Amino acid sequence: MKKMPKWADVLLIPAINLSLAFLISGLVIWAIGKDPWVAIKTMVQGSFGDSRGLGYTLYYTTNFIFTGLAVAVASHARLFNIGGEGQATVGGLGVALVCLAVPWPHWTLALPAAILGGALFGAAWAAIPAYLQAKRGSHIVITTIMFNFIAAALLGYLLVNVLKEPGNMAAETRSFPPGAHLPTFHEMLAPFGIDFNKNAPANISFLVALLCLIGFYVLIWKTRLGYAIRAFGQSESAAVYAGISPVKITIIAMLISGGLAGLMAINNVMGEAERLILNSVEGAGFIGIAVALMGRNHPVGVFLAALLFGFLYQGGAELALWESIPRELIVVIQGLVILLTGALDNMVRAPLEKLFLSFGKGEA
Amino acid sequence: MGRQETAAPAIELRGISKAFGPVQANKDISIKVAKGTIHGIIGENGAGKSTLMSILYGFYKADSGEILINGIPTAIPDSQAAISAGIGMVFQHFKLVENFTVLENIVLGAEDGSLLKPSLAKARKLLKQLSEEYELRVDPDARIENLSVGHQQRVEILKALYRKADILILDEPTGVLTPDEADHLFRILKGLKDEGKTIILITHKLREIMEVTDTVSVMRRGEMTATVKTSETSPEDLAERMVGRKVLLRVDKKPANPGRNVLEIKNLRVVDDKGVERVKGIDLTVRAGEIVGIAGVAGNGQSELLEVLGGYAKATGSVKLNGVELDLTGKHSDGKSRREKGIAHVPEDRHSEGLILDFQAWENVAFGYQDDPRYNRNAILMDNAAILKDTQEKMERFDVRPPNPRLAAKSFSGGNQQKIVLAREIERNPDLLLVGQPTRGVDIGAIEFIHQQIVALRDQGKAILLVSVELEEILGLADRIAVMFDGHIMGERLPHQTNEKELGLLMAGVNEGAA
Repeated sequence: MKKMPKWADVLLIPAINLSLAFLISGLVIWAIGKDPWVAIKTMVQGSFGDSRGLGYTLYYTTNFIFTGLAVAVASHARLFNIGGEGQATVGGLGVALVCLAVPWPHWTLALPAAILGGALFGAAWAAIPAYLQAKRGSHIVITTIMFNFIAAALLGYLLVNVLKEPGNMAAETRSFPPGAHLPTFHEMLAPFGIDFNKNAPANISFLVALLCLIGFYVLIWKTRLGYAIRAFGQSESAAVYAGISPVKITIIAMLISGGLAGLMAINNVMGEAERLILNSVEGAGFIGIAVALMGRNHPVGVFLAALLFGFLYQGGAELALWESIPRELIVVIQGLVILLTGALDNMVRAPLEKLFLSFGKGEA
Repeated sequence: MGRQETAAPAIELRGISKAFGPVQANKDISIKVAKGTIHGIIGENGAGKSTLMSILYGFYKADSGEILINGIPTAIPDSQAAISAGIGMVFQHFKLVENFTVLENIVLGAEDGSLLKPSLAKARKLLKQLSEEYELRVDPDARIENLSVGHQQRVEILKALYRKADILILDEPTGVLTPDEADHLFRILKGLKDEGKTIILITHKLREIMEVTDTVSVMRRGEMTATVKTSETSPEDLAERMVGRKVLLRVDKKPANPGRNVLEIKNLRVVDDKGVERVKGIDLTVRAGEIVGIAGVAGNGQSELLEVLGGYAKATGSVKLNGVELDLTGKHSDGKSRREKGIAHVPEDRHSEGLILDFQAWENVAFGYQDDPRYNRNAILMDNAAILKDTQEKMERFDVRPPNPRLAAKSFSGGNQQKIVLAREIERNPDLLLVGQPTRGVDIGAIEFIHQQIVALRDQGKAILLVSVELEEILGLADRIAVMFDGHIMGERLPHQTNEKELGLLMAGVNEGAA
């Protein structure tokens, strides 16, 4: 049976899904008595209109690239890692410990160390569910969800009882040393004569995220490990026939996944807050699931989906700020996007496929 | 019931066409099946047999054409309509609820009211009557999971009869049966025919067509190429019509010239995940330059034997390859170590083991050999260009069509998929080749080629262990035959000194010679 052209599959269908999501969102906004047109204008202007908005959008995008890739890597091995939230939380702990342990002279030294710390801690947090899945058959979805709660509790305990500076009212660590400060877009672009907004949190982690996208592509489609991960994900029985160990691949794929989620901390903890606070992940781990789903576990798709969700986050915040549209409505819009691009994908796909096939008959 | 309709055919199809996208699965098909006859439909995989029957049973809607039941034009939009038109279908893969009893399965979906008891009582009565009439004996209170496949099939037939089917369609009914069970099935079918039922038998086995049908239709590439009286045709003739050219039905090979022992199995035992012993202490030797065929009904330990030799099931006992003991439990009992030792393996189930259907052909050619230095640039990166090139060459040598290494495995026909697996395994120049069901779901034209390749490997002095449920294939290909039943080897025979009947008895666990 012939299939529809690839461009329709990867571009047209998501575009239609997205338009539908925005259309319904518009109706909801209209229903609560606001002007949908003003709302969308505020969102776009607030997230792409100036360098401050863009800086925020890209900051969120960076988070989502990391968590999206984390989910995608596990997905290629047909493992559903819902634990990005917890792994990013614990990754934050790793980054904070690295930043606080040494009076870093310069960020060029601090960043690689923090990358290592974040990735290692994130991977370690994924290691236990991975082991339980590989060796004991405990379902990874259940264990990673549980580990999200454990991570939150652990961080709360550590911040309140161990890491908090005496005398500080807030449950947070002391600020990182100045040598651990990552260059923001403002600082990075100044030498080129570009005046990027000073307060926008986008920082050099964005470039690390882009490198991870490329690295992801190479890993999955060009390396032996990626081949084994994909083979295992497609068919466990076939992988066993080929001499690929399910235990090994499950654990390795989850370690990489947890590491990527943990890496997110260089953006939100090191790049933005410059100290470890409670709940700094802000649901990015869960957004990563939607990003990977929408991005079809492909780096290009993950990037575009992360950008979309960055826009929704930033644009949503603007909406709440200027248009007195409740923040909850942003969650509704995000939900609609996820629903239509992920869960209801087939609603558009099936009729469209039929349409293409009936047209295709004439050509073939 | 009207007497005047008896002259009209039970089923008449007029100009049925069905396309899936650009693929024309059925092209202008017309047949008449007379009442009270057994009509065979034969054709290769993908010839359109199943599509045609799905249209008749209401799973698909024909793009054009007409269906007449007993001379009356009938629309069949769904299977409910097919049932009320008196059509019953026995699928290749049974649709039974495993943990229900026979009676419950028969009544399922055809209950008379919201209370079960009256329906069950009615079914029990009918069942008793049917089992006396047609040798359709099954215990009405047995659970499906405890029944043999042959009995499960009878339940499927009973289900159709309970729904008052006058026309019975059977799709590849003998795939999972022993020769003996198949004979029993044919007796049942003949009994049903004598009662005036009309039967359509879909199969790719020429022998069955010749044995049981009155008329036969041949399908090729979506078209009905011929409908003939079975008494006026021959297997060779039918095969030629199916493939479109002359086909060698017999395997053409010289006598074997066996050498040293390559594989020596002693007291091999395999216990599966559920703790059930599947292989119960077998001894077997395969020598260089010979094909040893393992015959048996599916599920008697052959699969487990292959899995152990292929390195992905644990076992106890002793297996020696070229005189060296193989690790059956430790960390060297995996597919990779076996390949390094010189065992290649064409697995029984190419869809779930031999291939990854969503992978492209070239990725499948590297499958199992992903660590081969020729396929890798360095310790991390694979050499995709090298794999592609190798695949291209293999596809040419093994006549894989279309020869496009970038096509997903699922886009190839069964025969071409098998050729990809075979090319991958044979070209490794193994000492021992394990082959499971080499021609399952493979069209006749490709069967010939695959058999030739296996014989050619034998003639190079390699040892080959062949497992097949197709007795004809074992008889044609093997130089020595071992029959497995219930985890035991019931006996070894030489193909020219035995016949299907003797092997069939061994397959059913009866060893007259040993008694």
